[in-house]
Amino acid sequence: MEINIILAGVGGQGILTIAAVIDMAALQSGLTVRQAEVHGMSQRGGAVQSHLRIADREIYSDLIAEGTANLILSVEPLEALRYLPFLAAEGRMVTSTDPFINMAGYPTMEAILVELHRTGQPVLVNAAELAREAGSVRTSNMIMLGAAAPFTGLAPEALEAAIGRLFQAKGADIVEMNIRAFRRGKLLSQQQATAI
Amino acid sequence: MNKQLLLGAEAIALGALDAGISGVYAYPGTPSTEITEYIQKQRGSGTHAVRSAWSTNEKTACEAALGMSYAGKRSLVCMKHVGLNVAADAFINSAITGVNGGLVIAVADDPSMHSSQNEQDSRVYGKFAMVPLLEPSSQQDLYLATREAFDLSESLKLPVLLRITTRLAHSRSGVKESAARPENELHSIYAPERFVLMPHNARRQYQHLLDLQPELERRSETSWLNRLVPGTGPLGVLAFGIAFNYVMEVRRQHGLDFPVLQIGQYPLPRKKIEALFSQCDSVLVAEEGYPVYEELLRGFFGGRNIRGRLDGALPRTGELNADSLSRALGLAKKEVLTVPDIVVNRPPELCKGCGHRDLYEALTTVMNLQEEHHVFSDIGCYTLGALPPFNAIHTCVDMGASITMAKGAADAGLRPAVAVIGDSTFTHSGMTGLLDAVNDRTPICVIISDNDTTAMTGGQNSAANGSRILAICRGLGVEENHIRTIVPLKSHLAENIAVLSEEIAYDGVSVVIAERECIESAARKKRNPAAKA
Ligand SMILES: Cc1ncc(C[n+]2csc(CCOP(=O)(O)OP(=O)(O)O)c2C)c(N)n1
Repeated sequence: MEINIILAGVGGQGILTIAAVIDMAALQSGLTVRQAEVHGMSQRGGAVQSHLRIADREIYSDLIAEGTANLILSVEPLEALRYLPFLAAEGRMVTSTDPFINMAGYPTMEAILVELHRTGQPVLVNAAELAREAGSVRTSNMIMLGAAAPFTGLAPEALEAAIGRLFQAKGADIVEMNIRAFRRGKLLSQQQATAI
Repeated sequence: MNKQLLLGAEAIALGALDAGISGVYAYPGTPSTEITEYIQKQRGSGTHAVRSAWSTNEKTACEAALGMSYAGKRSLVCMKHVGLNVAADAFINSAITGVNGGLVIAVADDPSMHSSQNEQDSRVYGKFAMVPLLEPSSQQDLYLATREAFDLSESLKLPVLLRITTRLAHSRSGVKESAARPENELHSIYAPERFVLMPHNARRQYQHLLDLQPELERRSETSWLNRLVPGTGPLGVLAFGIAFNYVMEVRRQHGLDFPVLQIGQYPLPRKKIEALFSQCDSVLVAEEGYPVYEELLRGFFGGRNIRGRLDGALPRTGELNADSLSRALGLAKKEVLTVPDIVVNRPPELCKGCGHRDLYEALTTVMNLQEEHHVFSDIGCYTLGALPPFNAIHTCVDMGASITMAKGAADAGLRPAVAVIGDSTFTHSGMTGLLDAVNDRTPICVIISDNDTTAMTGGQNSAANGSRILAICRGLGVEENHIRTIVPLKSHLAENIAVLSEEIAYDGVSVVIAERECIESAARKKRNPAAKA
């Protein structure tokens, strides 16, 4: 078993929180993890990504090779497209549709959607809206994780347990809200799968 | 013990703590910062307290660590690759004096220049100083090698260089910890014949260093960090540092069986390399960094059976990855999706509400009225003022160079000559340049954008800020009435424009301190009031 995940977003959006949950769940499931992160200059509102690799054997490279990502999970729609060369032929795209515009020349949403649809069946997530419904916009990363959960190779229970541990220190209410968000994202993903 | 998921940088920190260091000395710099931050978080929780506050720059760090070693205790120094340029004098000479307590210098290189001005390769410094250099390829190996580096240092009585690159520094993987050992007792030594580097001593010590070289090579020859992955076929791979990871990834993915010699300890293990070359018709040399050893192995006449970065088999610059290695190994390129044309760059930017923004707004207003509007700047978040919409600064070379370059340009006749520098950069390397300007009465205006922190690298304490920066400028001899303080806020724009105009027009050394807390560190304090500023 080997799962390669590209996490994408803009510096400050907190993609490493998503990574931390997946890492924890993978380790608890007895798997090997390697996770390359971006620190430094780009964290100031630039494009950031994390390569996350999970396997049931030793992993050599911190970086994912082109054409071998099973999943691109992006919390910003334009950022999702930046890493297309990494996506495997049968790989899945899960992205938020909430644009983060902090530069000139940001394309139209229609143009972005056209490109996203070239990946087959992208899972498109109105993360901010769903997060508000779950209780706070701050849960939008857990909405995204939920939507991507079916493609991570990890059991949803393991991911939920990891969310519990990660947010434990912030209290039971915060844990519950984030698990609610995770489930909401997962439901959306399942709905989009059956709609096709 | 259980495995913990650690960044490569953190694995070094844990290895050093468990090796019984008494102090870490460092100046922040991506991708090395997390080594020291990890130790700062752990401080006091273990068996002994480890001295860990930030140093003013890499040179002071390196010298203080040498002093701790002199006193018999183990010390760790951490910096990014360009930091070693700053510390080079101390570092190179510490190889001549040698050490007492174990001294390890961890340097993080940044190939591809993710957050740096260049991609210089610290292995050149290792060779230059003629000390052992370790370059492990995984987080677990980093942990173990860091521990061993202190033993190596104490047994050879030499500093040991530990080199990592961005990917390993900033990638997490499982690390298994072994038992920690206590720190050394204080045991300072009187050894002026080693530590007083007057020529008569220096010549003997240098000879001693040369005489040690065969022993260093013997250590490399038997080191577990230099290991052969046996295989067959006419091609062999010599894989340095984390290039090994990419080679092994491709080897497994494609079911190949070529032999791979991993190099993780220097100087080069000559016998092991000779064995690989005699087994194979040609050898691919894969180095994460400059083609330092490829060049050496090719020799002057080109080495026809060698492939690598110098003949284009691998790209000449930047980080390696599994894709560049599979191309070098002649594997067909996979058909993959391309990045659509609509994907525009998303460069980093100053945070909304950042004081540097308001400073630049005032400064560009003033400078646009000047015929010559050159602004010499420096390294930090404020460097982002070089990008639109500000386009406010015109140089960024090395820490401290804003003040000295402005001085040189002023000496050449440029008026006005304006420098913009951050608080941490000022104390790192700006103060001495300011003294030069004062001594020469050079007409420059130095703007210190004091956000009370070292923001670019994540908000570490600066060596001085606020009133202490003011006192430093006064102490260096800047005239009292030409040290002005402004608050870079929208509401102060008119006033700030006035102050900047006056001081830029002054025919002597003036300093304008733009003082306002970094909004990120203010937010951090609000989230976690207990955390130290
Ligand atoms: C010799 C050297 N050491 C360290 C660095 C890494 N570095 C770049 S910017 C910076 C912080 C600058 O802080 P400051 O001057 O206070 O500006 P701020 O980022 O807070 O605006 C550091 C440590 C470097 N580029 N060169």
